[in-house]
Amino acid sequence: MSTPAPPAVELRAIDKSFGPVHANRSVSLSIARGSITGIIGENGAGKSTLMSILYGLYEADSGEILIDGQAVRIRSPRDAIAHGIGMVHQHFMLIDTFTVLENMVLGAETGPVLRPSLESARRELERLGNDYGLRVDPDAMVGDLPVSEQQRVEILKVLYRGARILILDEPSAVLTPQETEQLFRILQALRDRGATVVLITHKLREIMAVTDAVFVMRHGEVVAERRTADTSSEELAELMVGRKVRLELDKTPPHAGAPALVAHGLGLRDSRGIAVLDGIDLTLRAGEIVGIAGVSGNGQSELLEVLAGIRPPTVGRLTIGARTIDAAHPAGPAEMRALGVAHVPEDRHRYGLVAPFEAAESALLGYHDKAPFSSHGLMHHRAMVDHCAALMERFDVRPRRPELRSANFSGGNQQKLILAREIAAQPRILLVGQPTRGVDIGAIEFIHRQLLAARDAGCAILVVSVELDEVMALSDRILVMYGGRIVGEVAGETADERTLGLMMANVWTPPEAPERQSTAVTAP
Amino acid sequence: MSGGRQPLPAWVDIGLIPIVNVLLAFVVVGLIVLSIGVNPFTAVRIMIGGSVGYPEAIGYTLYYTTNFIFTGLAVAVAFHAGLFNIGGEGQAYIGGLGVGLVLLALDAVLPPLLLVPLAVLAAAAFGAAWAAVPAYLQAWRGSHIVITTIMFNFIAAAVMVYLMVNVLIAPGSMSPESREFAAPGHLPFAHELLAGIGITMGQSPLNLTIVLAAICCALVWLFLWHTPWGYALRTMGHNPNAAIYAGIDIRRMTLLAMGLSGALAGFVGVNEIMGVHHRLLLNFTAGYGFAGIAVALMGRNHPIGIVLASLLFGILQQGGAELAFDIPAITREMVVVIQGLIILFCGALANVTKPALEALFQWLHTRSDNAPAADAAEA
Repeated sequence: MSTPAPPAVELRAIDKSFGPVHANRSVSLSIARGSITGIIGENGAGKSTLMSILYGLYEADSGEILIDGQAVRIRSPRDAIAHGIGMVHQHFMLIDTFTVLENMVLGAETGPVLRPSLESARRELERLGNDYGLRVDPDAMVGDLPVSEQQRVEILKVLYRGARILILDEPSAVLTPQETEQLFRILQALRDRGATVVLITHKLREIMAVTDAVFVMRHGEVVAERRTADTSSEELAELMVGRKVRLELDKTPPHAGAPALVAHGLGLRDSRGIAVLDGIDLTLRAGEIVGIAGVSGNGQSELLEVLAGIRPPTVGRLTIGARTIDAAHPAGPAEMRALGVAHVPEDRHRYGLVAPFEAAESALLGYHDKAPFSSHGLMHHRAMVDHCAALMERFDVRPRRPELRSANFSGGNQQKLILAREIAAQPRILLVGQPTRGVDIGAIEFIHRQLLAARDAGCAILVVSVELDEVMALSDRILVMYGGRIVGEVAGETADERTLGLMMANVWTPPEAPERQSTAVTAP
Repeated sequence: MSGGRQPLPAWVDIGLIPIVNVLLAFVVVGLIVLSIGVNPFTAVRIMIGGSVGYPEAIGYTLYYTTNFIFTGLAVAVAFHAGLFNIGGEGQAYIGGLGVGLVLLALDAVLPPLLLVPLAVLAAAAFGAAWAAVPAYLQAWRGSHIVITTIMFNFIAAAVMVYLMVNVLIAPGSMSPESREFAAPGHLPFAHELLAGIGITMGQSPLNLTIVLAAICCALVWLFLWHTPWGYALRTMGHNPNAAIYAGIDIRRMTLLAMGLSGALAGFVGVNEIMGVHHRLLLNFTAGYGFAGIAVALMGRNHPIGIVLASLLFGILQQGGAELAFDIPAITREMVVVIQGLIILFCGALANVTKPALEALFQWLHTRSDNAPAADAAEA
């Protein structure tokens, strides 16, 4: 090699197509050893594909991968691990009913008898803990650990397999701001000890906070490479989208009207009898957006499911118009829709659409037996396709092909399609879970505008999001959930991240003399 | 680096791959036949000739095909709902019981125009009811449908033996068969119908039920892809969570899907009891219910595919019988081996040839992409 210190990873002219979709076009980039490098780009920009190629989940159509200056061929994650590449996935690949130690050795057992593997793993875990400050109880059951520690287990798992190059895919999605700070300290410790970290994220703030260099991808190409110190959030945002982006929403004051939905003492117990929702009092008024902030797993998902009729509440009641819903008189999702409740589910793959269905079919999920799509027991294909085409036009879903399978759209476009479907139903109450999870920055702006437009048209909107920025940007009122309860309420315009972060961790104490009109906190 | 996965053109996926699989199966079968000292080309000639070579043979082939269509559709409808109905055999058996009971009770009082539709409805109702019990157990009680439908096959067989031996046996008969139905309870044979319009065809068990099979194909297609219930059923099959989200009642949908599936399987009873045997008897289902799984798998759970797969199975059944008859070295068991191999290659191993074909098409694709460039360079 010509240079004395070759980069840890060098990609040369990587090209990858999925059928007609050109996911990566001749991507070349090099990642210096011992650095934290960010890869940022819109959804569908090809950053996940690129990293999947590096990790061996896909093979590139053409191009070269060099690790430490050596050309290598990576055909499977096994090859990638052998070359010292490890990946921490957005969705953890952990087994809840195994201990930390068992998860560590899973797939890396040294022989047919487990004990020696476990013992060596225990020693290694100790060493890694000392070296990087990554401390986890090796005998704890993974399912019992908080999410941030599960993520640590994932990182440890990767290090245990000898990774010198770590790829992290949207690692902060499940963390509080404070936990994200901790994660960044761990990443910096890894870097300082010579590891190379690749961070895939769509959060500009994280790129600015932790990376040394950043690559911006757009339409499958690397459009810019910057030293983080020499750039700004505004420049990166513009590079990602290819035009100027306003990161702030300017919104008009709300005209909150009559209560559209009132929850009183709403509670839910799971199959083990544990209260996952506890004493929720909530009023949604026409023409306002109420945001629910909280670390994921504190009851937000369950609250959405109860409000959408997917699960009946075990205690308490819910009033929508003249209908009162409680454990004895539940209303299913179909009745909820009839009551004017539309629901954009948190997990669009699990709930929001049917992957093998044509977009036109997914575009009427939940409304499939309504006119004009169905009458006299038959569905009308023409009406379905026309409806879908109209939704795609109005919500800028690309590509505008109603006959394409739902799974073939990028995450952002799937989300726009679902949002279009629910808003087009002209609901009186709109429940939105994670409106922009995995959605690119250009589409985020668009989705936020659509939600505000629906609000201004008199819809009562509940937004649940783990993105604090998003909750703060959209909400007229913010409720914070912790442990299945609402632990705080803050007016939208006066909310600050620090207070919300503390509330989310349930360690917030009101100041001695609170200002009268601003942060009104209710402790139930 | 190459080897990126290019999606195959639809005609390759639906058309070419099954044909390649059938040919592969025939090559392997040919080798086996050769190993027992029979010329494989002779064997194929006898098989094809014996199944489609003359009118009677075609009649037999289509008669078998009719049964395969019913059980194939039955498996497919359940499969689209995400349910694996292995109980087609029992549902067909009980469907036949329904036909038999109606005909035994009413063949002396009702005219054919009332009797036949009633018997068809009874086949559907009995088959549906037999499938509805496992469906209920899964939807409300959480008992897995694969287990319960298998067990219901045994129960159906036992019930039939009991009924035939103890209750429905014709007085004075030595074999467990009911009395023969009166003439209004016989579906006309194809050769009788064709004779009516002046075409002579040799005798075969092919009867009017094949029209019912064709109607069922069309209705299943219409139901699955053009009605809100079909939409709901497929939604449940692909993504039960999305179905719940969409307000679809999973339990009722499970019951509906299995009911339809059982009704379709029950129509085997129409073909066998009302169409051919004209009496209730034991073991008339002869494994059609299980073969339906392979038919549906091979036919990609689509009515058109199921018709094609059923034709192949019909040809194998009829041609195989002819083969065992004509060549003594090929026993009845050998024919089953041959049929099994073909099912194995076309069903279970259907995706084995796919990667190779994908690679081939990838290669052709890049070649056709590069060819103009190369030409330009030379010029």
